[in-house]
Amino acid sequence: MTAPWLYSSALFAAAPPVLLTPAWRVALIDLSYLVASVLFILGLKGMTHPRTAVRGNILGSVGMLIAVLVTLLDQNIVGYGLILAGLIVGSVIGVVIAAKCKMTGMPQLVALLNGLGGVASVLVAGAVLFDPTFFIGADKLPRLDVLIGTAASGWIGAITFTGSLVAFAKLEEYKFVKDFRFSGQQALNMALTLGSLSLWWPIAAGPSASGGLGLMIFCYWLMVLVASLLGVMLVISIGGADMPVVIALFNSYSGLAAAATGFVLGNSVLIISGSLVGASGIILTQIMCKAMNRSWTNVLFGTMAASGGPAVSNDEAYARVKSTSYDEVAMLLDVARRVVIVPGYGLAVAQAQHAVRDLTTILNARGIQVEFAIHPVAGRMPGHMNVLLAEADIPYEMLKEMDEINPTMGQVDVVLIIGANDVVNTLARTDPRCPIAGMPIIDADKARTVVVIKRSLSPGFAGIHNPLFAADNTLMLFADGRKAIIDLINALEQV
Amino acid sequence: MGLIAGLTVFVLAVFIGFEIINKIPPTLHTPLMSGSNAISGITVVGALVAAGSEHSTVASMLGFIAVVLATVNAVGGFLVTHRMLKMFRRKD
Repeated sequence: MTAPWLYSSALFAAAPPVLLTPAWRVALIDLSYLVASVLFILGLKGMTHPRTAVRGNILGSVGMLIAVLVTLLDQNIVGYGLILAGLIVGSVIGVVIAAKCKMTGMPQLVALLNGLGGVASVLVAGAVLFDPTFFIGADKLPRLDVLIGTAASGWIGAITFTGSLVAFAKLEEYKFVKDFRFSGQQALNMALTLGSLSLWWPIAAGPSASGGLGLMIFCYWLMVLVASLLGVMLVISIGGADMPVVIALFNSYSGLAAAATGFVLGNSVLIISGSLVGASGIILTQIMCKAMNRSWTNVLFGTMAASGGPAVSNDEAYARVKSTSYDEVAMLLDVARRVVIVPGYGLAVAQAQHAVRDLTTILNARGIQVEFAIHPVAGRMPGHMNVLLAEADIPYEMLKEMDEINPTMGQVDVVLIIGANDVVNTLARTDPRCPIAGMPIIDADKARTVVVIKRSLSPGFAGIHNPLFAADNTLMLFADGRKAIIDLINALEQV
Repeated sequence: MGLIAGLTVFVLAVFIGFEIINKIPPTLHTPLMSGSNAISGITVVGALVAAGSEHSTVASMLGFIAVVLATVNAVGGFLVTHRMLKMFRRKD
């Protein structure tokens, strides 16, 4: 597999001969890793504004390229055929999936990529155990830092891998991963956690203390197996509505797994980028949890209980629902000065983004101010709705966060709710026993008129009725989202 | 790099991460996730060392698979992030 001509690859040829001494080579590699780490930080900093975000992402990818190229100078690497093949195969697959992925499928893609990062960490740590030069120090003693890193890398990586795959399958709505609960699940999870963690000991102790290299390697893969089971069990019982939290959490874990691999190899760029990603995932997890008024332990270990309050039948709750017509809504919109659209994932499912963009253009042309009120958990991952609307060329200045738009909802003439339900459910404010109690909502009910475009009165993810639909200022337009907007545009043109 | 030096770098980088990520607007949270996900593909660096050291065939094969998967993670992540970010436009 070795291609000797590659020893004098372009990089070597370009470097002055003095750089080829081992000490200089190590210095060059470490300095380049520093440059790569700085580029990652600057890249993330670029993400703080849509204007600079594209450049930021490019800086990050340049950092990655530099890190990969200088790693090829590492003196531990003796064969290049295999790794070049790996890089090429991986790049081709990466290019294809990035080009083919639909924007609605972004949560699945991120879940899958999280999982790949996790399993890569498992494999790297596993490979290191086959080569004692990595973990036996100059004093012939096992190096605790490397071995703890190896155990951590395999453990977090395995949980990330299988947990992400289950999240992926749930988001794809594969039938075989229907929410699965049984009594004693908590106890089993606890046993799997303790069992996998206890296997850290023989790994960290080193080959002589754990009864030979073979046994130590066996313990590592056994730990990976138990941790993989744990990953499955943690996610299998989590409902679809909580997937944004799960993806954000595994985003964080994939970073922590990379950081752990950095401890295995004593590699600073892995530690730095891993911790940046770990921090990012944790912040996103917190934001999502806050937006649902739940703690992450509640998401991971708790159950989203069915309504504990008195059961209200649909007939009773929706006795005063008023249905409306396209002409009536068109007239309301025509005389409005300020319209706010509340989009939900249902809008994306109905592929209504482009129709909504056209509606926005028409209303703007008549001097009507249009804004979008985006709830943090609208869509299926943090910021998902913004991407779906951006895909339809809706300018990001029109997209307002919940906290920004709520204080002004009283001055809104018409609120148009498309494919959203739980995020405007007033029960969150009024019924302390309902599953979404205390969840911050978009105050759509405070607008002068509320128009809800929805196919039926069926409940949202939380499975409860929505008093907003029966409010005095609410009109229901029963139709498919996309068709409704197109018909509404036609009606508007006749006003 | 020893355990303590590694931990020092880790903790300081976590703080930098918190400082920066807290300033990222919610509208960019999906690209942030896919982009940071691509950065966690940095595991490819470890995979390259594992695959290229050729001390044992098993280790090389494990390393090779890791190179493929981590490269998919990095390349796929950066490209899909680029695709998304290009869609965020200003009002004309």
